[in-house]
Amino acid sequence: MFETLVSPFIEFEFMRRALVGAIALSIAGAPVGIFLMLRRMSLTGDAMAHAILPGAAIGYLIAGLSLGAMTAGGLIAGILVALASGAVARFTALREDATLAAFYLISLALGVTIVSLRGSNIDLLHLLFGSVLALDDATLLLLAAISTLTLFIFALLYRPLVMETLDPGFLASVSGAGAPTQLIFLCLVVLNLVGGFHALGTLLAVGIMMLPAAAARLWVADVTLAIGIAMLIGIVSSYLGLVISYRAGVPSGPVIILVCGGIYLLSLVFGRSSGLLRLLRPRRHLEA
Amino acid sequence: MTTALRFRDLTLGYDRHPAVHHLDGEVEQGVLLAVCGPNGAGKSTLLKAIAGVLKPIGGKIERGGFSARDIAYLPQAAEIDRSFPISVFDMVSMGYWRTAGLFGGIGRDKRQKVFDAIASVGLTGFEDRTIATLSGGQMQRMLFARLLLQDSPVILLDEPFTAIDAKTMQDLLNVVERWHNEKRTVIAVLHDFEMVRGHFPQTLLLAREKVAWCGTSDALSPENLLKARRICEAFDREALECERVA
Repeated sequence: MFETLVSPFIEFEFMRRALVGAIALSIAGAPVGIFLMLRRMSLTGDAMAHAILPGAAIGYLIAGLSLGAMTAGGLIAGILVALASGAVARFTALREDATLAAFYLISLALGVTIVSLRGSNIDLLHLLFGSVLALDDATLLLLAAISTLTLFIFALLYRPLVMETLDPGFLASVSGAGAPTQLIFLCLVVLNLVGGFHALGTLLAVGIMMLPAAAARLWVADVTLAIGIAMLIGIVSSYLGLVISYRAGVPSGPVIILVCGGIYLLSLVFGRSSGLLRLLRPRRHLEA
Repeated sequence: MTTALRFRDLTLGYDRHPAVHHLDGEVEQGVLLAVCGPNGAGKSTLLKAIAGVLKPIGGKIERGGFSARDIAYLPQAAEIDRSFPISVFDMVSMGYWRTAGLFGGIGRDKRQKVFDAIASVGLTGFEDRTIATLSGGQMQRMLFARLLLQDSPVILLDEPFTAIDAKTMQDLLNVVERWHNEKRTVIAVLHDFEMVRGHFPQTLLLAREKVAWCGTSDALSPENLLKARRICEAFDREALECERVA
C-alpha cells in the first residue's frame, strides 16, 4: 500500500514537483472554473486555451522552449483575444460567444501555422499536452505565483463578481465595477490557462478548471462551498492521477484529467444536490 | 421643499431616435410620482436615465445632492440568473453594497436589518432558501427587501406590480407608503390607473413628449389620455433631424 501510494513521491523529485505543481493549479483553477460555469462560459475556457497558442508559439520561435518567452507570449495573446472579443461584444450587435469564437479561431489558425513553419510535431505535442513530470524550479515558482495571485484577486473581487454574474443590472445601477470586474476575471482565466499549459498543455489546462467545478456543483447549492469542494476534487485527482500514471506508465497530464472526469461521472450519479440518483429513487413528497 | 431631480430639455433615445423628447420639469424630494403612458412612450427609458444606466442624447438630469449610484432602481425585467446558487438572505444583503463595498463586514445590527427587511415584505422563513425556489411574486418581494436596505433618497420602480396577486401588491404598496412617510422620493411606472389614483398624488403622463405633469386626477383626464394615445409608437425611419432649441 505504502509502496504504491507514497514511495514514488519519496523516491523521485520529479514526482514531488509534479504533485506540488498540480496542486497549485487545482487550488487556483477551482474558483476560476466555478465562476466560468456559473457565468455559462464553460466553453470559453476551451476557446481561450486555443487562443493562447499563437502567443506561446511566437515565444517559442523567438526563444525556444523558454518559460519566460512562452508565458509572456501566451499571456499577451490570451488577453488580446479577451479584450478584443469583450470590446466587440460591448459595441456591436454580436454577442460575446460569437466574437470569442471568431477571435479564437483566427488565433488558433495563426498558432498552428506558426508552429508548423519552424517546429516539429514533437513541439506541438508539448504545447498541447504539457509535461507535468518535467517541471523545473522556475515553472514551479510560476505556478505557485499564479495560484497565489489568483486567490488574492478573487478575495478582492468576490462580491462584485458574484453580483455581476447573478444580477448585472443591479451592479450597474449601484456601481461602475461591472466592466472592470468582467475584464479582470477574463485575465485571471488567461493567467491560469497559461500556467496550466506548462504542466498540462493547453488542451488539458481547461480540464482541471472545469471538471472539478462541474462535479462540485452537483454536490452543493452554495458558491463558497462549491469552490472548496472543487479545490478538493482537483487536489485528489492530481494525486491519484500521478500515482496511477506512475504505476501504469502512461502520461500524467491526461490521467489527472481522467481522474477528474471519473469523479465528475460519480458526482453525476451520486451528487447530493442534483445527482441522477435522486431521479431513480424518488422519495415521497412532503406535506408542505 | 427641496428638489430631488430636475430635467432640463432632456432627450433620451436609442440610435438617435428619441424615446423621450425635450422633457422639462422637476421632482420634489419626498413625492410619490406615477409615470403613465402607452407602450413605447419612454417611461422605462426615463427611469433608466434617472438611474444613470442610460446616457442622455440631449439635455441633462440634475440630481439634488446625491449621485446616480445612490438611487435605488428596480428594473422592469431584472436580468437575474435565477439558477445562481445563492440564498435569499445573501441576495437581500446585496442592498448593502453602497455601505459595505468590497470588504465591509455585515455586523450584527446590519444582519438584524436584513432579517427585518425580509420580514417587512412577508418572506420570514425564506432566508436560507435558494432564489431558484422562489415564485415570481416572492421574487418581487425579495427585490423590494433589497431596495429597503439600499436606504436611498430616490427609489425608481418600473412596473413593480405586473403579474402579482392582490395580497402581495398590498404588502408592497405598504412598503411604498412607508418610503413616502420617510420622505423618500418614489417614482413608479404603472399601468393600473385605479391604483395610481388611489395611491399616487402626482402623475407624469408621458407619450415621448410630456402630455401632462400635475396632480393625478388632472393628469389622467380623458382628454389627456386620448392625446397620449394618438402619439404614434413606431420610430419613423425617415425622420428628419430635430432642430428644436431649448
